[in-house]
Amino acid sequence: MRRVAIVGAGYTKFGECWDKSLRRLAQEAGMRALADAQVEGKDIEALFVGNMTAGRFIGQEHLSALAADRMGLTPIPSTRIEAACASGALAFRKALMAIQSGQHDIVVAGGVEKMTDVGGDSAVASLMGAADQEWESQIGLTFTGLYALITRAHMQQYGTTSEQLALVSVNNHKNGVHNPNAQYPFEITVEQVLKSPLIADPLRLLDCSPITDGAATVVLASEEAAKRFENPIWVIGSGQASDTIALHDRKSFTELQATIVSSRVAYKQAGIRPEQVDLVEVHDCFSINEIIAIEDLGFCKKGEGGKFVEAGKIARDGERPINTMGGLKSIGHPVGATGIRQLADLVTQLRGKAGKLQVNDAKIGLALNIGGSGATGVTHILANQNAL
Amino acid sequence: MSSIGIVGYGAYVPRFRISVEEIARVWNQDAQTISNGLMVKEKSVPDKDEDTITLSVEAGRNALARAGIDPTEIGALYIGSESHPYAVKPSGTVVAEALGLPNRLMLADFEFACKAGTAAMQVCYGFVKGGVIDYGMAIGADTAQGRPGDALEYTAAAGAGAFIIGKDPVVTLDHTASFTSDTTDFWRREGQDYPRHGSRFTGEPAYFRHVVSSSEQLLNETGYKPADFAYVVLHMPNGKFPTVASKKLGFTPDQLKTGLTVTRMGNCYSGSSPVGLTAVLDIAQPGEKIFMTSYGSGAGSDSFIFTVTDKILAVRDKAKKTEQYLADKKNIDYATYARLRGKLKV
Amino acid sequence: MPQMSSVPIAWRLQQPRYRLIGTICTKCNTSYFPPRSLCQTCRDKGKIEKHKFPGTGKILTYTVIRIAPEGFAEFAPYAIAIIELEPGVTVAGQVVGDPEQVKTGRKVKTTFRRMYTDGKDGLLQYGMKWELLDQ
Repeated sequence: MRRVAIVGAGYTKFGECWDKSLRRLAQEAGMRALADAQVEGKDIEALFVGNMTAGRFIGQEHLSALAADRMGLTPIPSTRIEAACASGALAFRKALMAIQSGQHDIVVAGGVEKMTDVGGDSAVASLMGAADQEWESQIGLTFTGLYALITRAHMQQYGTTSEQLALVSVNNHKNGVHNPNAQYPFEITVEQVLKSPLIADPLRLLDCSPITDGAATVVLASEEAAKRFENPIWVIGSGQASDTIALHDRKSFTELQATIVSSRVAYKQAGIRPEQVDLVEVHDCFSINEIIAIEDLGFCKKGEGGKFVEAGKIARDGERPINTMGGLKSIGHPVGATGIRQLADLVTQLRGKAGKLQVNDAKIGLALNIGGSGATGVTHILANQNAL
Repeated sequence: MSSIGIVGYGAYVPRFRISVEEIARVWNQDAQTISNGLMVKEKSVPDKDEDTITLSVEAGRNALARAGIDPTEIGALYIGSESHPYAVKPSGTVVAEALGLPNRLMLADFEFACKAGTAAMQVCYGFVKGGVIDYGMAIGADTAQGRPGDALEYTAAAGAGAFIIGKDPVVTLDHTASFTSDTTDFWRREGQDYPRHGSRFTGEPAYFRHVVSSSEQLLNETGYKPADFAYVVLHMPNGKFPTVASKKLGFTPDQLKTGLTVTRMGNCYSGSSPVGLTAVLDIAQPGEKIFMTSYGSGAGSDSFIFTVTDKILAVRDKAKKTEQYLADKKNIDYATYARLRGKLKV
Repeated sequence: MPQMSSVPIAWRLQQPRYRLIGTICTKCNTSYFPPRSLCQTCRDKGKIEKHKFPGTGKILTYTVIRIAPEGFAEFAPYAIAIIELEPGVTVAGQVVGDPEQVKTGRKVKTTFRRMYTDGKDGLLQYGMKWELLDQ
């Protein structure tokens, strides 16, 4: 397989972007990444765009063509990838494979979601398209509800506490303060989290990532093509796994097999162990998911994720810095864009360009993007020149 | 010829109750006067996800559990109600599917104000007697409407009674007859949320004339006397009407009291006398006779004579009893009631 | 929600939703609810038949939905639990009554309820919800 590097990355300001349409967001992120890579449109050979449900949010399908069109890249091949909230990482993985296979040398992978053109209850219902429509969505479940079922099971089985959950949100907001693109760049306290309204017991408002508009893009290049770029960040591992669409069909509600399997594949491909990962981007759509990810990625024993957080190990200067740029909680979660945003943030850190948020001596970073209640898991491991 | 009657029966009463006192508080009325006048303490209120269809399914499940027959042996289903959730599209098809009844099924929804449930029993009885079907299920169910502030609001309740009619019964249906006339005492026009009524006209020319005439007609035709019966069940728009009518017919308060479920749950319209009958069947002894007369505005009454057989002892414990439904309750305030019943314009 | 207004979707789901009818692979004796038409073990060698589940179960985990999705606000707050019908067979469902009484380990039985109301003139959808049994 050919080696592949990320040579450019960028994302828009995340938030309630009332004045920006999906097409505008996609274009903005794309142009930022191209400018970052210092490539011209004519250099791009193919485009992959991750998007969960523009059809339900704005009535627009056929995003592949739309993205190529708005970025002025027609007639290159463009493909839309959908795997709920893992659409972004999966679009990246398809771009990676397009280069690995020898089909292309320079490819763009982007992700975009425009969520605020519909009302909140409608957005919540649309997101449930990622769950089992017949047996979860249509009984009145929400995504907060699904992760609340997971949270309760984790609390029952391992004694995880609401305070430990709150500390996840507190950590991520603390980092997000210094991220200029974050939707909510302010600090919050444990007390604020614990006093925020219950959305689906035991999860509270501040355990949940927000509804967000935004887009993110990266530029990938083959080893040969990457030679002309400065400071390429290498993709050293990529794994993907699936699980049952419905949460209730799983043997365990306290672990995500899609995380376990996809990360083991990625670790093996990268030839590293979890202890060698310098910083991590996990999918904290809900606080519990960060705790479960810490366990399932192998950073601690199963059931000890809450204690891991409590001990401060996820802090930027801790044992395993997690969501160092703010995570989904603070930066926001435009569902189709998140997987690419995670990779863009790893690139910034591995380049040593994260400013106040810089993790010292970061060489290897891991990103975990989850779709649905864990029915899709995508893990990528990136490394800079110093790691090789 | 083998006898025909009830092979299985079941009731369902929703859990919520609102007291007459609480309703009177909202409308600045004297609760004691109203409660004494109506002889009703509280009424049942359906949950927000309950309606005539769901009540019918629950009562039907209880009837099937008691009958112990395969649901696919049932050849007809008739549901009487004045609160069918659809104006067009039968409640019965949903209920039949939920109960696992076969596709070879005669089915229609009935409406005759508060007596459509007993009319359904008569139709099933006729079909079984005529040899057209082996078993028929008749259900009387309602989530009754009462306009906020109207006298009806104190009593309009929810409940269902279901009966499987067939041969080899636990209670024989010995005789039935009806009394019908064009008497408009209570009505609801198409598309209207709440019924209207003729106030005191609902009494003498309507309820009393039909209930008494129908009952006397059947007693005269069969030669039975009120004293021959252990129990009497009459339609219960409130507690007072059946008390007065039964006295007029020569029944004693003791014969009436078991089936007088209205005092604790209000008037569940098409389910009223059917639920009263289930309460009697839960305790009646083999050999005892039961007299029942329903009443539907518009107007008509259906009268029945039943005899309890030995078999009742083996079936009555196979499902939740009416007394258990009446005792298993949770009282709510008017605000909750208004929300549950969709009385708030949103 | 447009899917909840769909007559054909509701019609196809009647048997499992109304009567808890799932499936069983008679070759390996694995039962499925919600029903599957392909045995996960025997695959095309399996033999799938209808299988009626008893209407009782046990709560494994639960939540209380306070912010409901479009179309469910009339029921909120409502409890949803994952219920074990028999070992290895679990399904999510609404638990009726006071959400505060819902606890892991409690036994439940089915109750037939309205699941969804499509406005004033649309479809009414029915199905099994769950009711707590006395402890």
